[in-house]
Amino acid sequence: MDTNLGGFLTLFYKEILRFRKVAFQTVLAPILTAILYLLIFSHVLEGRVQVYPGVAYGSFLIPGLAMMSLLQNSFANTSSSIAQSKITGNIVFVLLTPLTHSQFYLAYVLAACARGLLVGSGVLLATSPFVSIPLAQPVWVFLFAFLGSAMLGTLGLLCGIWAEKFDQIAAFQNFIIIPLTFLSGVFYSIHSLPDVWQQASKLNPFFYMIDGFRYGFFGVSDVSPHSSLVIVGGALLALSFVTLLLIRRGYKLRA
Amino acid sequence: MRPAIEVRGVSKAYGTVQALSAIDLDVAHGEFFALLGPNGAGKTTLISLIAGLAKADAGSVRVMGHHVVADYQQARRSLGVVPQELVFDPFFSVRETLRLQSGYYGLRRNDNWIDEILERLDLVPKADANMRSLSGGMKRRVLVAQALVHKPPVIILDEPTAGVDVDLRQGLWEFIRRLNEEGHTIVLTTHYLEEAESLCTRIGMLKQGRMVVLDSTENLLKRFSALKLRLRMVGESLPDSLQPLLAAPGSNGEWVLALRDYAQVEEVLAELRRCHREIAGMELTQPDLEEVFMSIMRGY
Repeated sequence: MDTNLGGFLTLFYKEILRFRKVAFQTVLAPILTAILYLLIFSHVLEGRVQVYPGVAYGSFLIPGLAMMSLLQNSFANTSSSIAQSKITGNIVFVLLTPLTHSQFYLAYVLAACARGLLVGSGVLLATSPFVSIPLAQPVWVFLFAFLGSAMLGTLGLLCGIWAEKFDQIAAFQNFIIIPLTFLSGVFYSIHSLPDVWQQASKLNPFFYMIDGFRYGFFGVSDVSPHSSLVIVGGALLALSFVTLLLIRRGYKLRA
Repeated sequence: MRPAIEVRGVSKAYGTVQALSAIDLDVAHGEFFALLGPNGAGKTTLISLIAGLAKADAGSVRVMGHHVVADYQQARRSLGVVPQELVFDPFFSVRETLRLQSGYYGLRRNDNWIDEILERLDLVPKADANMRSLSGGMKRRVLVAQALVHKPPVIILDEPTAGVDVDLRQGLWEFIRRLNEEGHTIVLTTHYLEEAESLCTRIGMLKQGRMVVLDSTENLLKRFSALKLRLRMVGESLPDSLQPLLAAPGSNGEWVLALRDYAQVEEVLAELRRCHREIAGMELTQPDLEEVFMSIMRGY
């Protein structure tokens, strides 16, 4: 068995290098956007929206913004990298190598996790001078941050493999990823919604990532963090299985 | 010992288009082999199947004895491919590109060999330049370097000199010829038939997905082509006895005769003397692969 661990590490490193070379666009810009969201929304909505008892709206908002940025950037990393390589044709240099299917999958997804976690940490760090937030359960914070970035990294990989033009990536991002993140409780607690919308929110897997992540900070959440963990973990496993199957079959990668 | 490349009964269709039909091909170790054919004949499809970039509908392919599907890791370690398109990753410099390519094969401390390839392909002055800033010819050299970075025993070059100027083309062929002399098996597709003729010892010709000819260059030239004798005789006609040798109808006092060998030249001259014809000019041309190619493509 040819493990080719070096090959896997190189592809992972190459994906890190790729977003590091354009860090203004891939890391700093989303952090700046999150700060603007915080300044505007907390100014407009502070004291007007009920969230958790004893938690100020600004504090409530920060973990949501950090998770939203983390999810969107994890998705963007894999989807743009694969789609660009496919469309320009340079993916051939990876496909010609002895990398296994699972190494291909893991290298792309772990690099997406690295970017997502970097942006998420950056948002937390950059917003800390404005609002202070507690850190009740750090392990839950990391767990949901990692699972969320891995899930969106996998979704981005799936989308990049499927897409034949950049338009399709943009459509997926604008019509699926952004609405699901915005409607997942980034800016509000679902308990402030009418019952029907509360139930609808529970059909959105992104809600469990943000709710579980927020639990790590405040020790309070809209649903049990254990349920969220099972749902997010299950969704990640299912998406990974489908993605690996497509990579193994060479779907839209090998003719 | 198994051949360097072994293709058995390979077929491939894209929708209703049959790109390859029941192809059998062996390329021996150390051979310099040319795969020729018009556009759309199936050359790139066959290369893609050998490289594992496409999957055959039927048949099997092995590289250095390794099945390209069942044992794809070893097959890919044995193969370097120079793709036809000028593709590159715009994020990286030449050296970074080569280091990454080397790393994909698990070779992380490969700088000595990378330096040597850069040197041999005259890429040293551009080693730290971004790929986007290179000319087409330079990008083509980097593609060759990428294919060689893991020292594969088998190298496939898919039209490596397309759109490349004469100087670079000569340099590339010199380099590839040296690789072959060092023991690498080379498979080449090209539209420059004179290159295939001068470099390759054996030739396969594809037409509409079928291997219509597979023979040594020497045999092909003998089988399908003849010596040409161009004669100019002012105010004279060609004797009737020589009419059967005409390669094409003559005009303006010029005739082109197709001869089976050099000995026949003397026979023609003797016949002209016997018929009292006076020769104003004469030129003897060698058979070439282009002629072979055209006659085969017309014939099948």
